[in-house]
Amino acid sequence: MNIQLEASGIKKVFNRRVIFRNISFSLRERNTLLITGRNGSGKSTLIKIISSVLSPTAGSIRIVSNDMPARPQAYAQLTGLVSPYLQMYDEFSAREMLSLALAIRGMRASGTIIVDLLRRVSLEDRCDDPVRTYSSGMKQRVKYAFALIHRPPVLLLDEPMANLDAEGVAIVQDIMEEQRREGILIVATNDLRDIRTYDLQIDLNAIH
Amino acid sequence: MVLKLFLGIWICAVIVLGLSLPMVAQPQHWYELPIVPGLEDKARIVFFHVPTAWLSVIAFVSSMIYGIRYLRGRQPEDDIKSASAAGLGFLFCVLATATGAIWAKVSWGTYWNWDPRQTSIFVLLLIYGAYFALRSSIEVEEKRAALAAVYSIIAAVTMPFFMFIMPRILASLHPEPILNVQGKIQMNTTMLLVFLSSLAGFTGLYYWMWNLHVRAQGVELHRIQS
Amino acid sequence: MPSIEPAHPSWLLSVVSIFRKDWQSELRTRYAISALAMFVITTISVILFSLGSEGAPPAALSGMLWVVIFFAAMSGLSRTFVAEEERGTAMTLQLMASPSAVLLGKLLFNLVLVMALNSVTVVLYGALISGFVIRTYSIFLVTIALGSVGLAAASTIIAAIIARANTKGTLYPVLSFPILLPLLLTVINATRLASEGALFEEAYGEFQVLISYIAVVIATSYMLFDYVWKD
Repeated sequence: MNIQLEASGIKKVFNRRVIFRNISFSLRERNTLLITGRNGSGKSTLIKIISSVLSPTAGSIRIVSNDMPARPQAYAQLTGLVSPYLQMYDEFSAREMLSLALAIRGMRASGTIIVDLLRRVSLEDRCDDPVRTYSSGMKQRVKYAFALIHRPPVLLLDEPMANLDAEGVAIVQDIMEEQRREGILIVATNDLRDIRTYDLQIDLNAIH
Repeated sequence: MVLKLFLGIWICAVIVLGLSLPMVAQPQHWYELPIVPGLEDKARIVFFHVPTAWLSVIAFVSSMIYGIRYLRGRQPEDDIKSASAAGLGFLFCVLATATGAIWAKVSWGTYWNWDPRQTSIFVLLLIYGAYFALRSSIEVEEKRAALAAVYSIIAAVTMPFFMFIMPRILASLHPEPILNVQGKIQMNTTMLLVFLSSLAGFTGLYYWMWNLHVRAQGVELHRIQS
Repeated sequence: MPSIEPAHPSWLLSVVSIFRKDWQSELRTRYAISALAMFVITTISVILFSLGSEGAPPAALSGMLWVVIFFAAMSGLSRTFVAEEERGTAMTLQLMASPSAVLLGKLLFNLVLVMALNSVTVVLYGALISGFVIRTYSIFLVTIALGSVGLAAASTIIAAIIARANTKGTLYPVLSFPILLPLLLTVINATRLASEGALFEEAYGEFQVLISYIAVVIATSYMLFDYVWKD
């Protein structure tokens, strides 16, 4: 599959304060983008803009999938997001949450896709308990399953290793490797141990 | 500058004429106004009450139009224009409700009758109040502007229903002889002239105040941006 | 081989799933239903006590029924949007569904809630308030049905608006009342006709107003929802 993601002239103003401006980059499959910057520099804001949850004040994001430009309404289906700001519906179990995620996206799943993903993030034994009973590490892993269930070509990770133990970190590194092989990976973090290789870096500390 | 002075003189002239031109049963001279049966001298209020009521509606429509422009272009200037119009509209609406209540008391004995016109102006007042309550409860400017615009559109869209509902439900006590909904104005020429001048004068006043407010807010906006 | 149907997500499935999520969530936590039930019972009790043995004219009783319904709606219908904001799941929903699906799914949820609420309220009110008598049931039933749809429609878009504001609780009735007033006046009048024993045809005017109101509010909500929901 081929996938291209282009950002041109992204600017965000919030309550008359310029968070960042003139952010442009171009990514294709097997590219990795690293976004760094101190706390409050706008890493999470930029991630939200790329995943189309937030609109930029100026500039635009373009996604081209299999040589066809995607409609902006379809961007959410092409991206997967893991973020500390993302919350799950915690009265549901992990299995129900994934089933919900597919159904609300308007997709029908067949076969064992949900169980396979739960196994991959190592949640299969607690998958029927409500998410509210999970530890913070388990909740983080549910978020990964949620981000991957619709197999997005673009994966956005904001603070990828938050709350994870060694086993969790290994799972995520595996996920990152696979995403790097097949699609676009975008990571926002301050901890450079989270990610070893990347093609492009945007440092939001420098953009002011 | 000249326009401002001209406007000031115009309004003064309207007020003086509106209050002082004599009312006689059979107007003979150009400066005489007809007596409206049942209202007599109190009919003069039409020169002041009706323009404020019309302006409160015009201001609301204006606010909504600038709101729509904001939603399309996201220019802060459009939101400033929208909010300023609404602020003035609110002021005029309060005046219209108050002058209407006074007129009602003087003509029919009670301040409030729940007749269609009084109820409509009251609902407009509620809408203005709700609009400002909404604005003051949102801190993020872009969101405040967008949500206020959306609300004003929803309100504008549901308001016409009143015109259809009111006649079915409530009996009207509002006087029809001078001004009726078909627009046939049974004033004599002089009265009509004074009335239209008053309307023009008040509209000019509104526009002048709105313009002033928008420019002041614009200066504030650019000062902060730079 | 496990697979997902690619590229053509079903909007209808999205709408239904959002409705089901809200419903299942409600059944598990029971916030809105219990609050609403208590509200209706308390309000009708207050009315009963204040009327005492004197009662009130039938027109007033028609009005009071809808006062109860209006305030019950105000205490329960904002939850569908406000809860998403308070829990931080608004972004989650934005990632999954298109704005129109969110609006329609939540509108359906509020509609079911209002229908359930109104059925209970009407039954309780009719049973407990002795002066309230319906002579033309056909008018009354159509009024309740149309009134519920209109109430749900207007309440949902206003709920979406106030969910993004700060003082959500008190703001909701303040914003909703002017918008709902045409609806309230019409259904109160129709209820009065029903209690006076008017012919079904006499209420046609009211029904026309209600149907156009519903159409206008839903169309406007649909067109404006993007501006409310998306940041």
